[in-house]
Amino acid sequence: MAILETKDLSIQFGGLKAVDHLNLTIEKGQLYGLIGPNGAGKTTVFNMLTGVYQPTGGTIHLDGICINGKNPVEINKLGIARTFQNIRLFGKMSVIDNVKVGFGNSIKCSLFESFFHVGRYKKNEKEVTAKALELLKVFDLDGEANTLASNLPYGKQRKLEIARAMATNPKLLLLDEPAAGMNPHETAELMQTIRFVRDNFDMTVLLIEHDMKLVGGICEQVTVLNFGQELAKGETSEVLNDPRVITAYIGEDE
Amino acid sequence: MRKCEVTGVKKLTLSATAKDRYTTYGLVVLIAVAVQLFVSYGNASNSFKGLLVPTCVYVLAALSLNLVVGVSGELSLGQAGFMCIGAYVGATFSVITAESIASDAVRFTIAILLGGIVAGVFGFLIGIPVLRLRGDYLAIVTLAFGEIIKSVCGNLYLSADKNGLFVALDVKAKSAHAFDAATKVDYVNGALGINGIPRTSNIRVNEWAFVICMAVILIAVIVMLNFIDSKQGRAVMAARDNRIAAEAMGVNVTRSKMTAFVMSAFFAGVAGVLYAHNYNVLDTSNFDYNQSILILVFVVLGGMTKMRSVMISTIILYVLPEALRGLNKWRMLIYAIVLIAMMLINNSVAIKKLVEKIQAKFAKGAENKEGGAA
Repeated sequence: MAILETKDLSIQFGGLKAVDHLNLTIEKGQLYGLIGPNGAGKTTVFNMLTGVYQPTGGTIHLDGICINGKNPVEINKLGIARTFQNIRLFGKMSVIDNVKVGFGNSIKCSLFESFFHVGRYKKNEKEVTAKALELLKVFDLDGEANTLASNLPYGKQRKLEIARAMATNPKLLLLDEPAAGMNPHETAELMQTIRFVRDNFDMTVLLIEHDMKLVGGICEQVTVLNFGQELAKGETSEVLNDPRVITAYIGEDE
Repeated sequence: MRKCEVTGVKKLTLSATAKDRYTTYGLVVLIAVAVQLFVSYGNASNSFKGLLVPTCVYVLAALSLNLVVGVSGELSLGQAGFMCIGAYVGATFSVITAESIASDAVRFTIAILLGGIVAGVFGFLIGIPVLRLRGDYLAIVTLAFGEIIKSVCGNLYLSADKNGLFVALDVKAKSAHAFDAATKVDYVNGALGINGIPRTSNIRVNEWAFVICMAVILIAVIVMLNFIDSKQGRAVMAARDNRIAAEAMGVNVTRSKMTAFVMSAFFAGVAGVLYAHNYNVLDTSNFDYNQSILILVFVVLGGMTKMRSVMISTIILYVLPEALRGLNKWRMLIYAIVLIAMMLINNSVAIKKLVEKIQAKFAKGAENKEGGAA
């Protein structure tokens, strides 16, 4: 069964159809790309999948459960985590605390135990610190565990966002332009990391990206959006060579 | 994937936050011991002794407000209202039980807990509508609630006779009520407030007053810092730094903010109880919005981050105008200059860098020491 399935997913802002009858089917373990020119509605799709926007039409099923009308917190608990196009870290918290926030819902600790650091607190905290460091190590951030998140360089902030999202133990990871602002070397490294994460953490990844090298390099399937509508979908190499897609990106030959 | 000694980093992580916490606890204990020694063996003036308990009250109030302003990132202007609730509940309890509870310590402890809990309950009730608002709106509504509380307490009549308790919010209702004159006792008397808080539970006359107050502060600081270093506390700070991202990470933002708000109200209530027991008479005149603003000034100039710096800023800013009383007309000018200077220092990049440098040096020193020990 598909891990994520949207049927005729649509949203309308006034007269503008930002996303129009989008059908996505993502299988478990896939690395799926969502691409399209600026303003095509890609981030709007993410916002609908995570409950920030409520779709005006169509359905979203995560692992067979309908998540229409659920709020972001509920959706996260059901297993979707995301990163943001414009980085949204917890800037005044340390790198490791950012990740620990992600682990929050997996920690069972009452308020009383937290007030006095008794009972399950010590054991839980030790576990979560170890798990957070392990996760940071995957992204080569363990050396900066105690740095304030806002003091990290840009590329590392992007990586930290992915680490934080993974800490919530999602079934489906949504990455919104993970390579934006990275140099080619960093992008290559990121591609490896994303693949590593998918293979070792039993995760499905849906990503938005403009860097075609990254999309072509790691995505198995892509859907191309243009003006809110599906322009093409299928195997990455075929879609990227589709003349309609090329036209949408770079315009028509005069 | 990449090689790095995880255990070493883990040790550092744990010790970094723990060390910071213990520094703060140490500071509280140090101040308590030093000042108490001075009071007991030095020749402390009466005005100095008179300042001790109020300073503690404001330190606790500022710490409690920091939970909302610093940790939770919301601007609340109603802190004096919660102090007022704590003060009234605590003082009324002490007056009513002056004879029935023989032990001063027991009565005082119950008064503190009761005052804090009732303030916390009101914090919860007020939090339900208030925490739906954000930014300036939240500030204005908390200000209004603070004034409402003050107003209600200032018009509250609580008396008792052999037929039971009598509560009214109107002097006419009270005069219309037929009391049994022989057994009538007034506890709360409208604008006149609460009279005759029992002398025995008055902490001002206790020579250990300061240590008692500092013990309360120490417990408060321990609970607050423990909270900050827990799953719930991290959720509160996450919601402060980025609400949308916090929600996407499964943080229930409303519940987190409510937790911080109720905790803040609780400790403000406790501060109010301490305040009330420093006087024989209690009325609402000291719980107006000026008081809330004053506490906010302590918090903001304390930098709104570390509990420790909020504490220090409160001590400086509360004691300074009193200490300068001798300078008479220059007093407020100096106070104003200090306020401005602290504000500039807080935001100065150069000084921040200097502090970071010093901290880095200390960290290096500690590392070397650890390395040497190993």
